[in-house]
Amino acid sequence: MTPVDMILLAHGAGGKLTRRLIEEDILTRFENPVLRRLDDGATLTFGNLKLAYSTDSFVVDPIFFRGGDIGKLAINGTVNDIAMCGAVPMYLTTSLIIEEGFKLEDLRRILNSMRDAADEANVEVVAGDTKVVSAGSADKIFVNTSGIGIVEREVSGSNAKVGDKVIISGFIGDHGIAILSEREELDLKVPVTSDCSPLNGLVSSILDATDGIHVLRDPTRGGLATALNEIALQSNVGIRIYEEMIPIRDAVRGACEMLGLDPLYVANEGKMVTFVSPDDAPQVLEVMREHRSGSDARLIGEVIAEPRGTVLMRTRIGGERIVDMLTGEQLPRIC
Amino acid sequence: MKFLDEFQDPRLVKGLLQEIGSLAKRRVTFMEVCGTHTMALNKFGIRAMLPNRVDIISGPGCPVCVTPMNVIDAAIEAADIENVILATFGDMMRVPGSSSSLEAEKALRSDIRVVYSAMDSLGIAEGNPDREVVLLGVGFETTAPSIACTVLGAARKGIDNFKLITANKLIPPAMKALLDAGEVKLDGFICPGHVSTIIGSEPYEFIPREYGIPCVISGFEPVDMLQSILILLRQIDEGRSGVEIQYSRSVKPDGNQIAKRFTSEVFKIVDSDWRGLGKIKASGLALSERFQEYDALKHLGIGLRESAEPPGCLCGEILRGVRSPPECGLYGLRCTPERPVGPCMVSSEGTCAAYYRYSGGARE
Amino acid sequence: MAEVEIGGAMHKANIQLVPDAKIGEYVLLHAGFAIQRLDEKEALETLKLLEELYEIPR
Repeated sequence: MTPVDMILLAHGAGGKLTRRLIEEDILTRFENPVLRRLDDGATLTFGNLKLAYSTDSFVVDPIFFRGGDIGKLAINGTVNDIAMCGAVPMYLTTSLIIEEGFKLEDLRRILNSMRDAADEANVEVVAGDTKVVSAGSADKIFVNTSGIGIVEREVSGSNAKVGDKVIISGFIGDHGIAILSEREELDLKVPVTSDCSPLNGLVSSILDATDGIHVLRDPTRGGLATALNEIALQSNVGIRIYEEMIPIRDAVRGACEMLGLDPLYVANEGKMVTFVSPDDAPQVLEVMREHRSGSDARLIGEVIAEPRGTVLMRTRIGGERIVDMLTGEQLPRIC
Repeated sequence: MKFLDEFQDPRLVKGLLQEIGSLAKRRVTFMEVCGTHTMALNKFGIRAMLPNRVDIISGPGCPVCVTPMNVIDAAIEAADIENVILATFGDMMRVPGSSSSLEAEKALRSDIRVVYSAMDSLGIAEGNPDREVVLLGVGFETTAPSIACTVLGAARKGIDNFKLITANKLIPPAMKALLDAGEVKLDGFICPGHVSTIIGSEPYEFIPREYGIPCVISGFEPVDMLQSILILLRQIDEGRSGVEIQYSRSVKPDGNQIAKRFTSEVFKIVDSDWRGLGKIKASGLALSERFQEYDALKHLGIGLRESAEPPGCLCGEILRGVRSPPECGLYGLRCTPERPVGPCMVSSEGTCAAYYRYSGGARE
Repeated sequence: MAEVEIGGAMHKANIQLVPDAKIGEYVLLHAGFAIQRLDEKEALETLKLLEELYEIPR
């Protein structure tokens, strides 16, 4: 087989190769306008009722890390995907694929985390499935969750308007670096905890406060840069962000310096970026900062007309560069 | 962060740019020969901030890009051997060989592991006594001492299941080859920062002396690079040429003696093949007689085959600074970061990759 | 081996190439090895010179 004939780790990175796979192999086979939007979840209409529906699988390694575990990640991941559709998450299902030999004590620990996360997010796990495969056929445990919620306000990655302000809810790069610091072979000790947490409370509070929310997106694998690029493409607009305004912890900056990583591409699991009409931006910032999930919210940029489909960054020295979408695999099995 | 932030001070950047504007009286072309400089120029958007008459081109500063295809093929061959664990620096994973890549071979179950430090491969050897661990040693003079330390560590601890594919190269001979080829008219060199912390400034002295071309050894932050450009412009303005160290906080005239000693203990200098530049005299390293037993290719009976460049690939000209990425017919169309044809696009320090990433694949 | 730190992130680095490095000193890191000690005096002098040249208050 040549490299073009097989799936590589890079296809799971959430960047360009993932996108190519989706466009060439998935969208071509499952033709419908909802899927084509490529939002975090599907917004479906049943008469007067609008529902959001989403699914996600979790293969994070290691399964236990500072700030959470694969179970907490799985619940919050889907809760957040539903919230990013402007919906109130209500019910989740979960599927477990477990490797033979996995410790029962570890499974219980993960299930407890899932229960606690579901309670915190105010959702219920209403159906599920468990499969066990022979040793070597899966790495410890893989978890899938899917979820459904009622749409409060329709938002979509394709709704960004020129002039919109871009707001990030807090520090970026925490989750990815927290995971990396648990990887033995890298020998990295960073006092950073994964930011894995539910965002539905924060989303509700800003949707209640104003009508001007156009886009909600949680920048998971591929980081902030990838999320912004996706939105720029979906909405066919340009986005300009300001390097000085982006909140990054010193420890995350330091770890990235040491490993040669760019924090803009490092995964987050408890942050969201929102595109707001310029008149409503100050109020949205205020409401976010009053919420515990948004206390470090920052205005980081705006939507521009040209160049379309592109993300630009004003660097801290006054230059400008294009922030491209991630290509390959920076950090495998980060979520 | 200390000693990084200050060298990114926008006020200093502004002052330096103003002075560059007034000192640059005619068109000048400077070449940098360091992958990290290639990235820094693009990351901070420095080229766009300089006046049009100051042109910075990228030379063969990316060690991954100048590694010949047959070395990658040999590494793949080694990795395919049942008992072998191939250890490599991350950047080599996606580089295309004649028919495959280390990344693809790993997907097909060859035991290929990315190491962040050369020493890590020794740890893998110690932990797997019944396997053969082969380190693909790619890099310039910056990496050579750490690979030398690794070989010395293997010798000291009696680790005989560790082997090395030596693909290290030396920068100054490549600079000489570029000047002798006379393809590009250069008004100055921005010399590599990290390589120079090891080798010092002396190895570049032949450039002003024999070719009359100014050289400056530069750091990687915006203030460093702009100050370096200013230093070159001043030399030109004053009609002199010499080797100046801008990166004085890390580079001493005689470099790092200890590092140099480790390198010369383990390696000897040999003629070497550079992708895109051909064979350059005394430009590469090979294991010295005392350490021959660590030579992976000899031990595994793998020979280096003839390899041809993919048709249409302009990496060679790009590495020599003769062409820029958008001039390559494959750039942005058949050759992209997701599906690279040549090494300049794959390596994170490659000219084409840096160009693509920071100017969005534009072909203008 | 020594522990190196930046911004609170800690890492182990090989110091065979800079055996005289002291605790509290800054070093240049490359692929898991410290390759040179940072000359703080030089760094500060370079900055001071530039700041004076471009009249930047400190």
